[in-house]
Amino acid sequence: MIINHPLLGPRDAQEFVYLGDARLIGRPDGMDEGAAQAFHDHVFLRDNPAGEHRELWFHEQGDRSWLVVTRNTVTHEITKVELARDVARALGRSK
Amino acid sequence: MRYSGLRVIREALTGHRGWTPVWRDPAPQASYDYVIVGGGGHGLATAYYLAKEFRQARIAVLEKGYLGGGNVGRNTTIIRSNYLLDGNEPFYEFSMKLWEGMEQDFNYNAMVSQRGIINLFHTDAARDAATRRGNAMILHGADADILDREQVRAMYPFLNFDNARFPIKGALMQRRGGTARHDAVAWGYARGADLRGVDLIQNCEVTGMRIEAGRILGVETTRGFIGAKKVGVAVAGSSSRVMAHAGMRLPIESHVLQAFVSEGLKPLIDGVMTFGAGHFYVSQSDKGGLVFGGDIDGYNSYAQRGNLPVIEDVAEGGMALMPMIGRARLLRTWGGVMDMSMDGSPIIDKTHVEGLYFNGGWCYGGFKATPASGWCFAHLLATDRPHETGTAFRFDRFMRGLAIDEKGQGPTPNLH
Repeated sequence: MIINHPLLGPRDAQEFVYLGDARLIGRPDGMDEGAAQAFHDHVFLRDNPAGEHRELWFHEQGDRSWLVVTRNTVTHEITKVELARDVARALGRSK
Repeated sequence: MRYSGLRVIREALTGHRGWTPVWRDPAPQASYDYVIVGGGGHGLATAYYLAKEFRQARIAVLEKGYLGGGNVGRNTTIIRSNYLLDGNEPFYEFSMKLWEGMEQDFNYNAMVSQRGIINLFHTDAARDAATRRGNAMILHGADADILDREQVRAMYPFLNFDNARFPIKGALMQRRGGTARHDAVAWGYARGADLRGVDLIQNCEVTGMRIEAGRILGVETTRGFIGAKKVGVAVAGSSSRVMAHAGMRLPIESHVLQAFVSEGLKPLIDGVMTFGAGHFYVSQSDKGGLVFGGDIDGYNSYAQRGNLPVIEDVAEGGMALMPMIGRARLLRTWGGVMDMSMDGSPIIDKTHVEGLYFNGGWCYGGFKATPASGWCFAHLLATDRPHETGTAFRFDRFMRGLAIDEKGQGPTPNLH
């Protein structure tokens, strides 16, 4: 698979380490009511879809940026690549 | 029809005209007491033990394709019970004992071959870990031996004992481990279940679940609605897709694991060998092909095919362990979709829906578990209580901090 890095252009997926579902960006608030259940769901449960999947890849053998890659889990086709930083900021993280 | 040596001779003398189809091809009835979703090894074993050991009737197995067409037909056929942790080892040893009696039990030749499995180690620390694992196995009634370097050399003199990075110092051996003919396991269970009145319904995909007031009433399928008092789902690889019909999110990711077969060679490896440090394991089939594999590809996939980097990685592992493998040509490669769970261990449990039961999360270890998985799932379905060897495989173990994590990797499915 080739991941079209937003800054570096097309890179071999072998340069990356895979983490999983991009929903991991949305870490729950540990001070909230029901935080234990929220963290259980966040850490352990997955949608695991057959089809389009947004997922986190880390460019370990490259510029060490985190990417959000939109990839089809049935065909392995990659349709979108974003910097995880931009995705997280759009969600209101790390202002 | 009972199979026996006499029967084979009689058929040979009479032109093989007496063989009949091994199972029926029934149309689905309107409702059953038990509907098992998934006609693979685990689903068929569940139906078989449900009918035979737990004396239940009105059972159907629903399979979206053909019987045994999923992971039971796509694995590397290894059976073993060399686990470490309390939650796992009694279960896998129960499975090993069932393997040992299986062929007589269901009167079908599954070619169970206890040819021995060795796990190589390369350092003093790894020898200690292997010894600890062996002791844990023995404490749970399994067998284990530690082999030194010369004992391994006597078995497999062609290995690269002085590899600069991973010199072979010895191995953990389980002599009762080995291989089985994977398809025949599915066929044996299917035939045994069919003979006891179980309806095996193929080309019947579950497309929905009818749930009212927290209770399951049956499943919607491509062949119409089928009512059921209890529904057991055993569809590892597709667990998240099927259980989504009941509104569940699972502690599971689907990953692709590749496997490889070389051209047929003369007898070379008479057991099973794992080179964990090099991400490589190998055995030799009765037809002569080297059957080998390594790690999962490492990203979510339902594709049943992997990518080239893992093929390269596995080939490198093979070359490091036994350089002569470089002269063998690769005949086939394929991929299977694994339920990779959050701690690397399976789940056999009830769900929040009354009458809906789940069996899955087998990672890449489902084949060896087939008999015990079927037995324990049948036990749960018939009695509503977990079997004594399967009490740890619960959904709530993650919430309660009781994960069964053999490798200590944490909730990272692609590292288990």
